[in-house]
Amino acid sequence: MPNTLLNSMRSSNFAFAWMLLLPAMVLLSCFTYFPAFSAFYNSLFATDFSGARHFALQDNLLDLYYDPVFWRALTNNLWYALITVPASMILALVMALWVNEKFLGRSLLRLSFFLPTMLPMVAAANIWMFFYSPNIGLFNRVLAVFGIQGANWLGDPSTALWATMLLAIWKEAGFFMIFYLAALQAIPSELNDAARLEAPGYFYRLRRFILPLLGPTTLFVFINAVIHAFKVVDHLFILTKGGPNNASTLLLYYIYETAFAFFDAGYAAILTMVLLLLLGLCSAIQFALSHKRVHYR
Amino acid sequence: MSMLTAIPNTASASGANTALSIMRLSNITAAWILGFLWVLPLLYMLWAAFHTGSDAIYFDLSAPWSLDNFRHAWEMAPFVRYLFNTFAMVTLLLSLQITVCTLAAFALARVEFRGRQWVFAFVLLQMMVMPEALITENYQMVARFNAIDTYWGIALPYVASAFGIFLLRQAFMQVPQELEDAARVEGLSRLGVLLKVYVPLAKPTYLAYALVSLSHHWNNFLWPLVITNTTDSRPITVGLALFGSPEVGVDWGVLSAGTLIAIAPLLAMFLLFQRQFMQSFMNAGLK
Amino acid sequence: MKLNKYASTLSLLAGLAAAPALAETTELTMYYPISVGGPLTQVVDGMVDEFEAANPDVNVTAIYAGNYDDTRVKALAAINAGEAVQTSVMFSIDMLELQSRGVIRPFNDFVKTEEDQQWLDSFYPALMENGQLDGQTYGIPFQRSTIVMFYNKDAFREAGLDPEKAPTTWAEMADVASKLVKKNGSGETERWGLMVPSTGYPYWMFGAFAKQQGETLMNQAGTEVNFNSPKMVEALQYWRDLGDKYQVMPTGTIEWGTLRQEFLEQNTAMMWHTTGNLTAVMQQASFDVGVAQLPGNVEPGSPTGGGNFYLMNSGSEAEQEAAFRLVKFMTAPERSAQWSIATGYVGISEAAYATADLQDYAKQVPQALVARDQLSVATAELATYDAGRVRRVLDDAIQSTLTGQASAEEALNTAQSQAERLLRRANRG
Repeated sequence: MPNTLLNSMRSSNFAFAWMLLLPAMVLLSCFTYFPAFSAFYNSLFATDFSGARHFALQDNLLDLYYDPVFWRALTNNLWYALITVPASMILALVMALWVNEKFLGRSLLRLSFFLPTMLPMVAAANIWMFFYSPNIGLFNRVLAVFGIQGANWLGDPSTALWATMLLAIWKEAGFFMIFYLAALQAIPSELNDAARLEAPGYFYRLRRFILPLLGPTTLFVFINAVIHAFKVVDHLFILTKGGPNNASTLLLYYIYETAFAFFDAGYAAILTMVLLLLLGLCSAIQFALSHKRVHYR
Repeated sequence: MSMLTAIPNTASASGANTALSIMRLSNITAAWILGFLWVLPLLYMLWAAFHTGSDAIYFDLSAPWSLDNFRHAWEMAPFVRYLFNTFAMVTLLLSLQITVCTLAAFALARVEFRGRQWVFAFVLLQMMVMPEALITENYQMVARFNAIDTYWGIALPYVASAFGIFLLRQAFMQVPQELEDAARVEGLSRLGVLLKVYVPLAKPTYLAYALVSLSHHWNNFLWPLVITNTTDSRPITVGLALFGSPEVGVDWGVLSAGTLIAIAPLLAMFLLFQRQFMQSFMNAGLK
Repeated sequence: MKLNKYASTLSLLAGLAAAPALAETTELTMYYPISVGGPLTQVVDGMVDEFEAANPDVNVTAIYAGNYDDTRVKALAAINAGEAVQTSVMFSIDMLELQSRGVIRPFNDFVKTEEDQQWLDSFYPALMENGQLDGQTYGIPFQRSTIVMFYNKDAFREAGLDPEKAPTTWAEMADVASKLVKKNGSGETERWGLMVPSTGYPYWMFGAFAKQQGETLMNQAGTEVNFNSPKMVEALQYWRDLGDKYQVMPTGTIEWGTLRQEFLEQNTAMMWHTTGNLTAVMQQASFDVGVAQLPGNVEPGSPTGGGNFYLMNSGSEAEQEAAFRLVKFMTAPERSAQWSIATGYVGISEAAYATADLQDYAKQVPQALVARDQLSVATAELATYDAGRVRRVLDDAIQSTLTGQASAEEALNTAQSQAERLLRRANRG
């Protein structure tokens, strides 16, 4: 390679930086920015029967407004996030506090909590399918031992979404536990000892001392949990396919169906925009919260 | 900061001690109960895989053990091919990710240029606008590249990983500037410095990122489902889903066995390198 | 020596002559939705191998792609991606949608000889209803089914019923089912009387209730639906009553995929399911299995169902010609008989039932003839434009009724208006 070229590159940080960034930027453009933009663009327009495109944001929004399945998917997804996020976070914290202690078999316990994380969601759903089945499923057999009549967990609209949530919590809690555990282990032991002298009561210490230190981790875990609530729909393919009567459908699953089962790419683009808006809202919240935290310091 | 350890030096009364140890004991018991509940589904599957569907349903502990389910499952789906596809795809993806992210992270960490913050913010956007949300559009994009039903098609949307760039940037920023300066004095080019100084020092981060990425993509389902059509590229997760839903229903013992075959390689890897895996997840989360 | 040389020259010549033929091997790709279960794979592979042996110039790649919906999605995706897929086994009821998308072409294009025409005319007319449009044949029956009623003869005996007399009317079925319900000491149901699956293909099961009311779900052209007539509301109400009123079936939805196992575990004494399950049920049941035609109300009947061969508008003319030969081969009487014995799917022509194989089998397993006999009262399966969505609308209505979210009338009215909207849009487009 001619030296002059290298030299001129070296002299110019700008060119050098962009040379390094080029592959990443091309790929990000192809698979993030352009697709996001194209979803946005496609949601503004409609193709009529002659094949001509015209501006139709209003019509598209009306389609959305009058689509009961969309509203079902949206409310389901909000409930799904509202339940699975706090539940898996609290469980994760409790698990982390437990396995951060020293006692016999601690690493075995840690392993038990973490193991579901390493399974594909599809495999986990295959296993849980056994449990939920109404007449031959393990859940109802166990309940029957106690004289309780079990439900048709996946076949009843009032329980189907809950059944998918329970699986998600089981799968995710151990994953988030790891982050809390890391944060707990990062607390210097001197600080620990000092706190112990000052406040012997455990729960008081937990509230006043440990939890505040876990603030940044909690934010991190929270954001991740929310993202997961919107992007992980694999188990629906196995457990319910969004049914019965859309009782357990989620946004991304509905997008998949619209695009790949009903071949309606235009409507899928509008739905994608809704999902992107929701995710954008999440990042705005994250930004605001982390900003506030900096202020407190 | 202990939930379980009593504090003997402050609590002198033996009554308080007993109360504390009772609390500790019940705490440990609760932990173990939850832990047991957490692995129970896996243990049940393990057990069911070795029994007939009917025995598995009635949970007949005295039922005979058998390998028949594995034989059936094995005949029903090309698991070896599926696992090979997953392995090949993950290898391809990981090597591309590491190359692309290293270059970008280095630029963002150690090359001063105008608009760097903006570029970085732009990259971070991908953490929110993740490829999963864009399956429809990305499908059309991959179709333009003629990469449907190929390893490339599965891998490409994930190569420029914002998370990877972010992690490596943090790692590179912690390398003392003096080391770079010294290497430059010795005549290394800037790329040379990246390869000889930065990359070796960021090894733990590479390991952490590699293991996190590996377990994520090994288990990924929705995108591969959309983008693969045939056994030529179909990874194990998609294969497993097809295996579990034939037209006329499936026997539970066989399904368990198939599931076990599908998850065995990654699970074995995880159990062997438990510490590294968990440490990697911890490191990745801390940054 | 001389002879040897002569022979080698000959073989060289033969090699030269064969070379162009070798170079012109036609590659066919076919997608199909059959579970690649051990013995079944061997049957399909065996059939494909036989075809390749008889047609050395053709090489067939058969790709299993999941259930019917998956297969359609994947075959179309492959074509969109520029790959050649010359033929596929897909839902018989997707014809209108596939045709309007221009991805399939009629078999008539390749019917040249008298014998071809005879082949085209050889199938049961009931199986052709979902495969023809404007006088052209787009779908050739392959793995076709009807819904039949499987019942546990041992349970019938136990309940004091005649195991050779399955119920033939709705009223009788509810009555028989209630006698078959078995409860344990604490009042929980140990064995249900009947299960009709309501996930997977609810609209298909509903098609049976509809036919038994003497109506069809759509017009022949697939441009109009009939979901909410009084007869239809009554039909859905009866389905719901089986759980709510007669309490012979669990309430809520019943899973398609696990129903066979429920029946085999004797959690239900009767089930409605595809005849494609017959062989598996007969092999695995630990009790005496009966198979009967579905009962009727106004009249008896069932929709047909299952997959047809399609010729795709993809690949070269020569490849499509080869695909035509493949389809012809796969649907010949001997193959159809073989496939029917291996699975339980209906033999697709009278000639198939005339083969020695199938006649012998029917002697051992008379249950295998039920689905065929039912063909005389069978009707077309729900097939419209924008079929995926229209089916889905009806599925949702059925599930919301069975789970008690809406009354049969409300649910079907909603489905009707939604389907009309979808069809208006499809007709305009």
